[in-house]
Amino acid sequence: MTLFGKLSWSAIPIDQPIPLITSFAVMFVILSVLAWVTAKLWWPYLWREWITSVDHKRIGVMYCILGLVMLIRGFADAIMMRTQQAAAINAPGYLPPEHYDQIFSAHGTIMIFFGAMPLVIGLMNFVIPLQLGVRDVAFPTLNSTGFWLTATGALLVNMSLLIGEFSRAGWLPYPPLSESSYSPGVGVDYYLWAIQISGVGTLMTGINLVTTILKMRAPGMSYLRMPMFCWTSLAANMLIVAAFPILTATLAMLTLDRYLGFHFFTNEAGGNMMMFVNLIWAWGHPEVYILVLPAFGIFSEVFSTFSSKPLFGYRSMVAATLFICIVSFMVWLHHFFTMGAGADVNAAFGIATSIIAVGTGVKIYNWLFTMYRGRIRFETPMLWALAFVVTFVLGGMTGVLLAVPPADFVLHNSMFLVAHFHNVIIGGVVFGVFAGLTYWFPKAFGFRLHEGWGRAAFWFSLAGFVIVFGALYVLGLEGMTRRLQHVEVEEWTPWLLISVAGIGVMAIGMMCQIIQLVVSIRHRGKLRDPTGDPWDGRSLEWYTLSPPPPFNFAVLPDVHGEEAYWTTKRAAIEREGLAPEPDYQPIHMPVNSATGFVTAFFATLIGFALIWHIWWLAILGFVGAYATFVIFAWRDREEYEIGVDELRAAEQMRRRAREDWLGLEPNV
Amino acid sequence: MGPVADANRTILLNALTIMMAIGLPTIIAALAFAWWYRAGNTKATYDPEFVYSGRIELIVWSIPILVIMFLGGVVWVGSHQLDPARPLASKAPPLEVQVIALDWKWLFIYPAQGVASVNDLVVPAGVPVHFSITSASVMNSFFIPRMGSMIAAMHGMQTDLNLRADQIGTFYGQSAQFSGDGFSDMNFAVHSVPPVQFAAWAAKTRNSGPVLDARAYFQLSRQSQNVKPYTYRAVTPGLFQSLISERLPPAPGPQTGRGGADVSPVTPGGQE
Repeated sequence: MTLFGKLSWSAIPIDQPIPLITSFAVMFVILSVLAWVTAKLWWPYLWREWITSVDHKRIGVMYCILGLVMLIRGFADAIMMRTQQAAAINAPGYLPPEHYDQIFSAHGTIMIFFGAMPLVIGLMNFVIPLQLGVRDVAFPTLNSTGFWLTATGALLVNMSLLIGEFSRAGWLPYPPLSESSYSPGVGVDYYLWAIQISGVGTLMTGINLVTTILKMRAPGMSYLRMPMFCWTSLAANMLIVAAFPILTATLAMLTLDRYLGFHFFTNEAGGNMMMFVNLIWAWGHPEVYILVLPAFGIFSEVFSTFSSKPLFGYRSMVAATLFICIVSFMVWLHHFFTMGAGADVNAAFGIATSIIAVGTGVKIYNWLFTMYRGRIRFETPMLWALAFVVTFVLGGMTGVLLAVPPADFVLHNSMFLVAHFHNVIIGGVVFGVFAGLTYWFPKAFGFRLHEGWGRAAFWFSLAGFVIVFGALYVLGLEGMTRRLQHVEVEEWTPWLLISVAGIGVMAIGMMCQIIQLVVSIRHRGKLRDPTGDPWDGRSLEWYTLSPPPPFNFAVLPDVHGEEAYWTTKRAAIEREGLAPEPDYQPIHMPVNSATGFVTAFFATLIGFALIWHIWWLAILGFVGAYATFVIFAWRDREEYEIGVDELRAAEQMRRRAREDWLGLEPNV
Repeated sequence: MGPVADANRTILLNALTIMMAIGLPTIIAALAFAWWYRAGNTKATYDPEFVYSGRIELIVWSIPILVIMFLGGVVWVGSHQLDPARPLASKAPPLEVQVIALDWKWLFIYPAQGVASVNDLVVPAGVPVHFSITSASVMNSFFIPRMGSMIAAMHGMQTDLNLRADQIGTFYGQSAQFSGDGFSDMNFAVHSVPPVQFAAWAAKTRNSGPVLDARAYFQLSRQSQNVKPYTYRAVTPGLFQSLISERLPPAPGPQTGRGGADVSPVTPGGQE
């Protein structure tokens, strides 16, 4: 027992140049950014306006930034995996197994928990209150805490690059491999504490957004008048609330095995690893829908807006969403048909899995009929949406093939499976996120993203994606299994090389995204959106200014009909003037709070201390986090008032913008 | 290359055909709608009021439901016919092979012949083989792609797999479940030989090589990678059952447990 537990200088990978140089480069970049912020004296601004902000829009943006940075980190892992396999055909390649195994484990963990989840949650956070026509989420400080806990998880995972190692047991740490007998290092512990801490953050967000949607809607916004994105987000957040506790409990059991010698999943003393596999997928399959349902919502908004038509079969879409939400809990066993369940069990779960395709099929047809007799504008979000429909039908088909147990017996864990879930997660979630980012970017920042670079990013990403995963489908059919550090079958060579070429094309796509952001920021004057409604939108986020004031709406809009803003807009055009100016009442907004950030700081200490068995530091962290919560609970100032004058000024600005945009005579 | 692999492929192609029948027209319709109703096409009808049609809703719910009902039948029948534990119809009695997944190699025990082999599987062509499968340590999956279905290998449990090779040849076998650092070398060659030659191989194997007793098993069960194939001339009876009933302890993990970066176990040599 030492002061620093298991931590010693041997934790630094001095003998492994790749992680060492990478961590130093990353640290250099981070330190440069911090120095720059310090030199520019931006700390007070950042602290006041962002770090302690409880504004759902700011938190949404921070979630998206975290997600994008982690997407790049995960993509770097992907490049290493593709190149390693292509370099290691009857050769050792450049990554030894103990490093390669960390890379694919980190790739999956980062992409799902710290790339896709923050991006999806960020968009929900930003958009839901605006679409519902309200001023914030139900629990603003909880929202900030949820974000910062997610950031803690991301920090811990990335710390493992320099201090110690990451898990080498895959993105879902199947025991007994992940038990301390077979993984004695700290890698699995990094995984466990990073996911546990960020999982708490995700659960908080889920509770927050479910409450927001159920309890806080603008006057007149009944359930069946909510935009489709709110419906799919509601379904996704209900799934978070129902499924994330399963993840937490499962990983807690593995933690007890590893730390306190329990035997839930061990080989000895009656432990059973099959229980872990069942439980982890009882969370894992709903997780897929937690990610993809909000993306379905984004596509619904995009198809409707860019086809200049309401969403076709709105009620049918709501039904399909809830259908998917429920059935997604009944299919988990299809992740392990090959674990030896009997034919009856396998068949039942195979059929249940295919049944989910009914819900998605209905959605696809309704999007098709949204385009039918529309007037379609092919701006970047619409391109992503169209590419989604085409690739998702293919990914759905390969999914149903994998749902047929006898077919899965030869495809399970193969590159075909890898290609399938990337096909649906990139084609569904990532394309959805990119569509959503492009679509709502002007709302968040007041200027559009550059269209030309957006198109370039789209075409390169799409082409690269098709090449990489087309090749992986073929490799899977040829019998290649996943996670091989080197391969010994010559026939796979051409397809491995093609997949490397494909990831090169994807990398160009990613460069285009970065360039697009830089170019758009530099030309923001030219790309400015003075209207607040750059796409001729239909839901309430386009009713307010871009960017919206902190309180979103000076007066909560009155909702009549399914398309709240579209109805208002049509009425104004017909009557050739906006509705008369409303009466203003002072409003109350929540004050900023450092609670989230400080809690996350202590959570980082807790996580790091538990990973390295530094017990005193863990206790310190727990005490600090609890004290922070107590201080917050005893606060005596929760809200500040915004006066009538400020509201009137904001509303009049909005009315002028709206009158200019719709070409109306001023009506004061 | 055998009845199971053929049946796997048939059901895969059947399911694919069923899906294509609905998927391809959908993709074509998506692209066609998008193209025809583009904003620049003055000939296209614009009807923003067209937002609901009971008839279309009926069709869009019915098509997937009907397809899935049909596919559901395929799934049900296929799952039962191709249940890995189901014996293959054959006049010849099956050859029994006990498979133990070790870190990181495969041990094949032929109880009737009294011999065993590591990373090399010899089977008589045209004769069904019944594999009893378990793992000495972590989870693996036993998979010979050319022969068909895979099944998991798990400690303390036995899974069953029935396969048959109909042609003579050498096939690639592998673990299809990641099992740690030596996983990539956890592959083996399957030699499908005429039955006469199989008997000759068993006889020859009985004449040379080490004996697989408890001591040899403990040595073998320690972590090692890239193990060259070899055979045992005799096997202590009941070894496989002792492992499943946990009279034999699970195989040990890495020899050293370290917190730091150099956690990778140093391979304790290959075979003896």
